[in-house]
Amino acid sequence: MGKLSKLGKVYLAAVFFILYAPIFYLIFYSFNSGGTMSSFDGFTLEHYAAVFNDTRLIIILMNTVIVALLSSLIATAIGVLGAIGIVFLRNRKMRNAMLSLNNILIVSPDVIIGASFLILFTMIGVKLGFASVLISHIAFSIPIVVIMVLPKLQEMSSNLIDAAADLGASKRDILTRVIIPYIKPGIFAGFFLALTYSLDDFAVTFFVTGNGFSTLSVEIYSMARAGITLTINALSALIFVVTLGLVVGYYFFNQRARTVGTGGQ
Amino acid sequence: MKNNSRPLYMVPYYLWIVLFVIAPIVLIGYYSFLDLDGKFTLDNYQNYFSSVYLRLTLSSFWYAFLITFFSILIAYPTAYWLTKTKHKQLWLLLIIIPSWINLLLKTYAYIGIFGLYGPANKFLSMIGIGEQQILFTDFSFIFVSVYIFIPFMILPIFNSLDKLNPALIDASRDLGASSWMTFRKVVFPLAINGVKSGVQAVFIPALSLFVITRLIAGNKVITLGTAIEQQFLVTQNWGMGSTIAVFLILFMFIIMMATGQKDKGGAEHGKVK
Repeated sequence: MGKLSKLGKVYLAAVFFILYAPIFYLIFYSFNSGGTMSSFDGFTLEHYAAVFNDTRLIIILMNTVIVALLSSLIATAIGVLGAIGIVFLRNRKMRNAMLSLNNILIVSPDVIIGASFLILFTMIGVKLGFASVLISHIAFSIPIVVIMVLPKLQEMSSNLIDAAADLGASKRDILTRVIIPYIKPGIFAGFFLALTYSLDDFAVTFFVTGNGFSTLSVEIYSMARAGITLTINALSALIFVVTLGLVVGYYFFNQRARTVGTGGQ
Repeated sequence: MKNNSRPLYMVPYYLWIVLFVIAPIVLIGYYSFLDLDGKFTLDNYQNYFSSVYLRLTLSSFWYAFLITFFSILIAYPTAYWLTKTKHKQLWLLLIIIPSWINLLLKTYAYIGIFGLYGPANKFLSMIGIGEQQILFTDFSFIFVSVYIFIPFMILPIFNSLDKLNPALIDASRDLGASSWMTFRKVVFPLAINGVKSGVQAVFIPALSLFVITRLIAGNKVITLGTAIEQQFLVTQNWGMGSTIAVFLILFMFIIMMATGQKDKGGAEHGKVK
């Protein structure tokens, strides 16, 4: 193919500018001593101080992190076992059916997931709050973990398992000493992805959160609906840094998953 | 692992499928037949086919169409030129990173940018047009939506363009086709799957997102997602909300069938939703 033309360069530069300008605009005004996002009066860190001095906000932040960690851990456990189960299903039709069912929550719009979970929780009597949010996050993270683990399982040679069985390993040994170590990179990638989905989620949480419990995105939504507060800007700068860290971490594991995968064959 | 008994370790996963995949769909279907008092009724469906909800559906589709159209318009050249950069994967990562930033924050940024005293208005008065009400208009809604969705459109198109065999392009040029002809007859048809995946990744969320409409469009634009949120959380009419949800699910299936393909994986790397 030809080289990048001048027009191409200008076009790409414009796209990158438009993609990043709003994010840096937000972060830039988080240091504004005036209260608006339109005129920069002077440098200050007071909005960051406001974030860390607001006990309510800190509690919400902790809620968010706890829900994310717990839900992605539990989802990873269930998802990994589910993926192993799917791979070892011998009936091909059954396996495809399970995969389609698995992917339903990934393709469903958030409003649908949120609304249907709200009905579900009300019907079976789960009180809206921490429990309902945690359960929803586990529920929408499981298919993501399965999707991340499946390719590693599929590329694993069944000879490995046969060999372990021939050498006298029990089923439990095969699972913990052969399968899990082999698919570990996939498990980590799935865990990271589940973590970011949980931290990022707004719509599903918004439906099932009830009155007493809030996560960061729900809080940001209600703050943003009230108008501009530079506390949100300070928060977004912090979130940007954390997200960047998570994405880099995720890519690191993904990359490793790939190299280990090709090395293992 | 080769016995016929149902393995015990699958129990939580099966439980999840029954409780959180099958039950919710059944419940949405069930609730769509209930009125406000919980009695069986077909009123919701009758209501849906009344002019209000039909118009809402049509306008929601029109907006989603515009958003998808402009996303392709901007994303296609981007993806095309990205395949020609030297450090492709690095640039691609830079396209992906904004898609990981929380949607709320990106939308919130535009409340400032499009605000009455924001940079967009400053620019407009600088070039002599003067200050305009940008926020709470159709334009701002479509602009912000396109902004949020372009990475999801660029990614699959990039992947399919990148997989293209360069020999085909050389062959086309050798046989005397102009570069436009080559693009139209070789590149575009061969990379159509990327566009299809992109449409899937943009059109459905464009129908269902309610954050952007609420924050940027005020109450001027109502999409199917906004209507569902309103019925469930504001009006508390779960029956009507479920009915709209049933139709949204139907539309989702139709769109997925229309853009479906054997070769999946166009959307890998990026976040869906």
